[in-house]
Amino acid sequence: MATVTPNLAVKDPRTRDSGGGSPPSYGGGGNGDPGGTNGAFSYGDRLRRARLGLVVGLVAVVMIFVGFTSVLLVRKGSPSFDPQTNTYSRDWVPVALPWSLLVVNTVVLLVSSITMEFARRDIARQVALAPVKSIPGVSLGDETGFPWLGSTVLLGLGFLAGQFLVWRVLREHHFFVYSGPSSSIAYVLFGTHALHLAGGVIALVYAAITSLLHRPVEARRIVIDVAAWYWHFMAVLWVYIFVLLLIAR
Amino acid sequence: MGLALLAVIWLITFASTYFFIKHTWWLPVGASAAAAGIDRQFNVTYILMGIVFVLAQGALGLFVWQYRDRGSATKAEYSHGNAKMEVAWTVLTAILFVGLNLMGSPIWASERFQPAQASALPVEVTGMQFAWYFRYAGPDGKFGLTSPKLMDPSAGSEAAIGLDTSDPMAKDDVVTGTMVLPVNRQVDLTLRAVDVIHSFFVPNMRFKQDAVPGLAIHMHFTPTQVGDYEIACAELCGLGHYKMHGMLKVVSAEDFDKWLAAREAEKQ
Amino acid sequence: MATSEVVHAHAAPQGFIRQYIFSLDHKVIGLQYFFLALTAVWVGMILSLFMRIHMVWPNANLPLIGHIQPEAYLSLVTMHGTIMVFFVLTTAPQGGFGNYFLPIQIGAPDMAFPVLNMLSFWTTFIAFIVMLAAFFVTGGAPLHGWTGYPPLSAVQSAGPGEGLGADLWITSIAIFCAASLMGALNFITTTLDLRAKGMSMMRMPLTVWSWFITAILGLLAFGVLLSAGILLLMDRNLGTSFYVPLVVVNGQVMAHRGGSPLLWQHLFWFFGHPEVYIAILPGMGVASQLLSTFSRKPIFGYKAMVYAMLGIGFLGFMVWGHHMFMSGMSPYSAFAFSILTMSIGVPSAIKTFNWLGTIWRGRVRFYTPMLFAVGFVSLFVSGGLSGPFLAQPTLDIPLHDTAFVVGHFHLIMGVAAIFGIFGATYYWFPKMFGRMMNERLGKIHFWFSFIGTYSIFMPMHYLGMAGQPRRYSQFTELAYLQHLIPLNRFITYAAIITISAQLIFVLNLFWSMLKGPKASDNPWEATTLEWTTATPPPHDNFGGHTPVVHNGPYEYGVPGAARDFILQTDPAITASPAH
Repeated sequence: MATVTPNLAVKDPRTRDSGGGSPPSYGGGGNGDPGGTNGAFSYGDRLRRARLGLVVGLVAVVMIFVGFTSVLLVRKGSPSFDPQTNTYSRDWVPVALPWSLLVVNTVVLLVSSITMEFARRDIARQVALAPVKSIPGVSLGDETGFPWLGSTVLLGLGFLAGQFLVWRVLREHHFFVYSGPSSSIAYVLFGTHALHLAGGVIALVYAAITSLLHRPVEARRIVIDVAAWYWHFMAVLWVYIFVLLLIAR
Repeated sequence: MGLALLAVIWLITFASTYFFIKHTWWLPVGASAAAAGIDRQFNVTYILMGIVFVLAQGALGLFVWQYRDRGSATKAEYSHGNAKMEVAWTVLTAILFVGLNLMGSPIWASERFQPAQASALPVEVTGMQFAWYFRYAGPDGKFGLTSPKLMDPSAGSEAAIGLDTSDPMAKDDVVTGTMVLPVNRQVDLTLRAVDVIHSFFVPNMRFKQDAVPGLAIHMHFTPTQVGDYEIACAELCGLGHYKMHGMLKVVSAEDFDKWLAAREAEKQ
Repeated sequence: MATSEVVHAHAAPQGFIRQYIFSLDHKVIGLQYFFLALTAVWVGMILSLFMRIHMVWPNANLPLIGHIQPEAYLSLVTMHGTIMVFFVLTTAPQGGFGNYFLPIQIGAPDMAFPVLNMLSFWTTFIAFIVMLAAFFVTGGAPLHGWTGYPPLSAVQSAGPGEGLGADLWITSIAIFCAASLMGALNFITTTLDLRAKGMSMMRMPLTVWSWFITAILGLLAFGVLLSAGILLLMDRNLGTSFYVPLVVVNGQVMAHRGGSPLLWQHLFWFFGHPEVYIAILPGMGVASQLLSTFSRKPIFGYKAMVYAMLGIGFLGFMVWGHHMFMSGMSPYSAFAFSILTMSIGVPSAIKTFNWLGTIWRGRVRFYTPMLFAVGFVSLFVSGGLSGPFLAQPTLDIPLHDTAFVVGHFHLIMGVAAIFGIFGATYYWFPKMFGRMMNERLGKIHFWFSFIGTYSIFMPMHYLGMAGQPRRYSQFTELAYLQHLIPLNRFITYAAIITISAQLIFVLNLFWSMLKGPKASDNPWEATTLEWTTATPPPHDNFGGHTPVVHNGPYEYGVPGAARDFILQTDPAITASPAH
């Protein structure tokens, strides 16, 4: 429901000083004012804010992986003193990764990014067309579109299943989390990424639920938009982990 | 209230500075070749920082009293600052701090950038919960192998560090619980730790270095005065950290040779 | 269906749970953080009291806890440091006052993400519970110090408390990392996106700048701590060897191979050094705010103050190695870290000069908040000037891991930052609770705290120079420490008195909340936005409208003005001199 918020009268706050002085001025209403009147925020503000929040949050995630990357590089380059030979030695045995399986997983994730992007643009279009659709008597034809969101969730789950498979193959080849530092750090990188991706899947499921609950389309758009950018970031992060392990494991 | 602040701030400044200048509690006597340089740098630092300390605290105390609100007669000066002064004191501070640091770096370089001299006496220091052991290489000049599996502190010093007596180079190694060094000869220390991080700290030698498991860290110093000096552990290593101490005895070169020969003889 | 729908911000909630427990109102959340920190600081102070008593009377039998064993002493040390650094110094200034006043000072109705804000508090709370739980499990709290160096922290048999207690400690810190990151996200987004009209970045109060920069530091630092902590948990429980090489503990050869204890130190201090700036920056912001307000003068060099804080924040990420000069790290790296560390003294000095410049030619009013601000400057100078000693690796050789370091960081973090919190409390109490705190009690509290903390921590520098190592439970074993015991006793007496005097503050706080004289909207005649709104502020902070800002934050004593202060929302002053 569209509402119009009236300009409120300027209130004169009590500043109990020794009298005199002009009262502070407050902004009148005005649409599009950042912050607006009545503490209300426009949908455009909230979308921008949510995106900004996501970017900031992703910096934090990047720093976690910066930490892990430096562990990989430093641990790989650190020899340890072996008293039984009176020399320094390195114990780095590169983990044998199932590359074909990892490539399949990568493709799955990249495709899911594509479906995610279609979902994101789809709902953006829905928001743009909402004013038109609200005019009684106007119809834009068949409203059932392709379930992009659902596809992304499925592909995401497929990726996670693929990761579980990767870990099983590693175990079969006797690379456990404790089998040397190369293996350990590979598990840490895969596991942390998978955890973050699972969080993304939950966000998408939540977005799907909000659709079923008939939440306003703007609110849904914000959720899906933020989830989409997060999802793309997870894909980029995965490619980074893939390349890092390829060259530095 | 302004006067009280001034008085207390100035009093605290005076008291702190007094104890610094009086050396009431001060660095212990320096007995190594590096001590003079380190102490000199310490003095320069504390004098310069002391001057800044007195001036800053003095100004703070003075200003809060001098510029107290004395009623309608007082007016605050409306000023947002002074760019020229900002630049001036920024540059001066930078010169002071960086200059001070560069002044002390040759000492650091000579202590840490250069390895021990060829004529240095090699001594291995091993730290473990909660004791220090010292190993001398013996006539072959080489340290033998040790093995973690052979460690048994209850069976004496050699066993404490897990000396592998089957190794020919280990046969002449002397392991003691007291560190004995000849005066005026550089010692080439190898620092090791068995279990957790410890730190080998000899205040009188102005020497400190962490002993880290997985590393064999080379460090050197030169004792310049005969005497007994306490060794403390300076890295938290467990419940016995406070009582993990040792003793360094610096003796004349002849006394050292006699002492080492006696230890070697005991091993036969 | 909706057109361009204007969604109202959440209306004032009903019900006790929604209003006080799971509130989305940043003001309530700020108070929740504040009271969490107040609880934590009393836990931390009592731990330190037991520590100080044991150090000088090692065989004493204390009421309730009996005789303290050396390992128990180290648990006190560990938990004291951890609780104070995380649950007091990272919580009260930022989570407490930052949460309460950042939105108001920029003219916003709330934080950008109120639900996330609520979650970040309750996550911090859970972290605190998990931390306290370490005291009550088998083996007790860990003894590895707040710095948690492996292998001591990584091998469960390396000491009492290194079992489940250490796992809980790490877990608590990991939870705290998540909470802090959530908070940082909110602070940064809010500062960038919710400023009212006219509130440009260079018109923000320095408190807002300090919270903003602190949040950026936290955003970049806590992720690395989290990664380090996860790996430590893995070394302890999953058999990995990130940090632990071949070691023999209690006669047993452990299964670890090849790990690097220095790796932990690098990761920890990459976080740890920005952390100490996180602890002090809000206090610097508050000091600037208070000195300006109570000298009735604009802050001297506003722009320089902003750039100095940015410089401190930036350089703060490049100096972590100065905690590792003695660690076995390359001496060349040590040299590089050393030069960078000395440079960080420069922006700190700029701020000090500017604080002095603010008081100079002002009209100083000696209300309690001002006393704590002046105290802050004095303590910051004292604590800061012992920095250049430690920043030089040459001098770090005799001073590292001695009481000198303890004196240094306590003066800065344990006193100056705390004085920032006290100053903020006395200053903003009227706005938060609608009543004034008692001035006489405030002044008594100040004097005891100022003289008391100097008496505790200044002597530690002498002890450190004389070679007294840190984290020693007693000084009975080394001959060269015996002559230092009387000074240690003096410190313990000072600590007992100073900690007891903090009861005056608590008394004043709670009594005034209930019975203090009612406060006007702007009792200090200050200029920033929180003083333009009602006391206490209404739910959306400004009673239905958004402020429009026309002036900078510290327009005091403007020539020709009717009063000696101009609110930020007052009409623009026409003669505005260059900053």
